[in-house]
This record gives sequence, structure tokens and C-alpha cells, in this order.
Amino acid sequence: MTRREHQSLSGELLDEGGELTLGELCRICSVSEDRIMELVEEGIVEPGGRDPSRWRFRSVSVRRVRCAVRLERDLGINAPGAALALDLLDELEVLRARLRRFERG
Amino acid sequence: MEFKDYYKVLGVNREASQDEIKRAYRKLARKYHPDVSQESDAEDRFKEVGEAYEVLKDPEKRAAYDQLGANWKAGQDFRPPPNWDEGFEFHGGGFSDADAAGFSDFFESLFGQGFASRAGPRGRGRERGENTYAKVLIDLQDAYEGATRQLELKHTELDEEGRPRVRERTLRVRIPKGVRQGQHIRLAGQGQPGIGGGKAGDLLLEIQFKPHPHYHVEGRDVLLHLPVAPWEAALGATVKAPTPGGPVDLKIPAGSGAGRKLRLSGRGIPSSRPGDLYVVLELVLPPARTESDKAAYENLRKALDFNPREALGV
Repeated sequence: MTRREHQSLSGELLDEGGELTLGELCRICSVSEDRIMELVEEGIVEPGGRDPSRWRFRSVSVRRVRCAVRLERDLGINAPGAALALDLLDELEVLRARLRRFERG
Repeated sequence: MEFKDYYKVLGVNREASQDEIKRAYRKLARKYHPDVSQESDAEDRFKEVGEAYEVLKDPEKRAAYDQLGANWKAGQDFRPPPNWDEGFEFHGGGFSDADAAGFSDFFESLFGQGFASRAGPRGRGRERGENTYAKVLIDLQDAYEGATRQLELKHTELDEEGRPRVRERTLRVRIPKGVRQGQHIRLAGQGQPGIGGGKAGDLLLEIQFKPHPHYHVEGRDVLLHLPVAPWEAALGATVKAPTPGGPVDLKIPAGSGAGRKLRLSGRGIPSSRPGDLYVVLELVLPPARTESDKAAYENLRKALDFNPREALGV
């Protein structure tokens, strides 16, 4: 049942400065263009560029799209709910980091 | 194989209604969702809860599970009775290949085979394999210098006959210098194999830093709290400060107070636009242990007319 493999690889860093097109983001996140458009509408990801054919996404969008999709699927919330959760999670992460600094030592 | 008490996992009794089961699941899913929870075992708990719900939300599976009997205890050694599911017809709803990877042997032994035949090749001809995702934990140092990290990855894929098979891989991946938290490395063609000669999907690795005892990372910038003596802050001094790129001599301006932030330009995470290193001064008082220590503090008290509570108006 189990197969083992060993290989050494170097991949491509999806850089924050480098940008992803709508198609690339769909492919990386395994979601449809309509889904991404819905997430853009909610402000979950914010592309540069005027219309979808010129949209450019930062690599951090991958994490946000995947997280939104997981939250929607696993918790049965809709896109606005996922947007709210993501914003609160971001805020929480900043506060937790600050707390760790104060609690250190 | 251990028996799993799915009712106990969701904290409901065996007579619970489908609505009660759903509510219990939603509540636990929110609590243990790996994107939300800080619990160290969140991912395992979330999978356990998901597995229990997968069975109990579906009246067909729940009925089949129920007829195993109520006498089983969680953790008890379990072997499915022969033809235990005779007469039950399953329609695999809401079950995805990706989810199957996390389910237990117990689940697999009861429901695995039946699902596999339905989840098999879909006969849609050539199809690109799905992308897979994993997190990779690295040290801050790796981002400064680049590194090669060994990853153990486990995922389920379908074999030629459509049966799920766990595939374990050990990958050695080069972590390029300058990576930051939340960035992704794409390994083309390392995801799920394609179907009918289609291309394989990609493997996407999300970078996460391990917490460091001294440094805090914010995007490209790195923050260090540096302890200094009162006289170093008051009179100014040049002190040694560690940085992830190696120790540096840091000039502390005279008259610095606690919390003063000094910026070491370009000493954050390296890249074409490198981040900065911020050093936050932290005043440390020397202990007054010996007579001469105490005398030194006493002299300071006499020499300085200092009220630390002036701002409080007392």
C-alpha cells in the first residue's frame, strides 16, 4: 500500500514582488476563476490592475485563498464570513506575536 | 485496530438527531480548525471530528455504523465482522480523495473499499493531476543563508484500479535565501499524478518560521530586544549585538531610554529589497548584592535628584 521515494529538488519561489495572473492563482490554488472573483469582491485578496485579464496577485494571496476555501468548506460559512474570519485571524496573529514578545523571558 | 466511538468524539449521544450532530460538529470544527485554533493537537482533533462527522452526518453510514452495536468502547481492539455492511448501500457524498488521507484505519476498514470503487478514474480522458499543499517549517537562519530541508510527506492517491494508496515521500527541498513567512515554493509536477496521460499537479510548500527565542519576524523586518545597562543607555556606548547574519558593533546614542528603537538598515531578511533589523533597547538593572553594589546605588541616589513617578503627579 505504501510507496517510498527519495528525491532532491529545488522549486520556484513565488515571490511577493513577482506577481501572479488570475489564471496562475487559480491553478496554484485549484479553484475556479469565479471563486477568485467572489473572493476579490469580498476583499479577501486584492489584485493590482483594472480588469480580471490584467489582475496581478501577490504571492500571499495563495495563503488567503486557500484559507478562505478551507474555512468555507469545513465550517460552512460563506465568503463574507470567511473574509471576516481572515481579517480577525490576521489581527490575532499580530496581537499574539506582540504578546509573545512581552511574555518572553 | 482500535474501535472509534464517533458519538463520543462529537460529544453527542447515540440518539442524537441529525441536526444535533451537525451543531456539535460545527462547534468542534470551529474550535479545532487548524487555520483558527492554537491548540497543539488541533490538526489531529480536527481530523478526528471530521471523520466522525463524515460517518454520522450520512444516515446510510450512520445506520451501518450503529449496527456494529453499542457495546464497543473507544480504543478497544476492533476487527470488522465479516459482511458487516451487507445490505447497506452507500452513496459516497461529500467524500473527497484529499480528505481520505487523514482518516483512520478504522474508517478505512469500514468505508474505504466501498468508496474507492466510486472515487476511481472518472473516465473523463486526459486530466491534470491535482495540486498538493504542505507547510515547511524553517529556521530564521535558513532565510538568511538558504538551506536544504528534508520533508516527510504523506498523501493518498488512487492507484490504477482506483483504490486509495498512501504514498510516503522524503523530499529534499532547497530553501532559497530571502524567503519570508507565508511565501510559497512551487515544485512543478510533484503533486498528484495526472489521469490518462495528463500532466501531474504541483506541490506547493508554504514557508513558516519556527519561533526564535531572540528574534521576531515581521515581513522582511526582524526585531531584536537588546538588554543594555543604565549607563550604556545614559552615556552612550558601542555594544555587541547579535544579528542573524552575525554579531555587529552597535552604537547606542547617549540619552537613550528603554524601548528606544534603533534601525540597522538592510540587516533584515535579505532579498533584492532587504528588510531592516530593529533593535529595541531593554534596560537591565544590575543587582545590588554586595556592600559596594549598595554603596554605588546609594551614591547614585544622592547624586541624582530623580523622581521616576513625576509623570504620575506624585
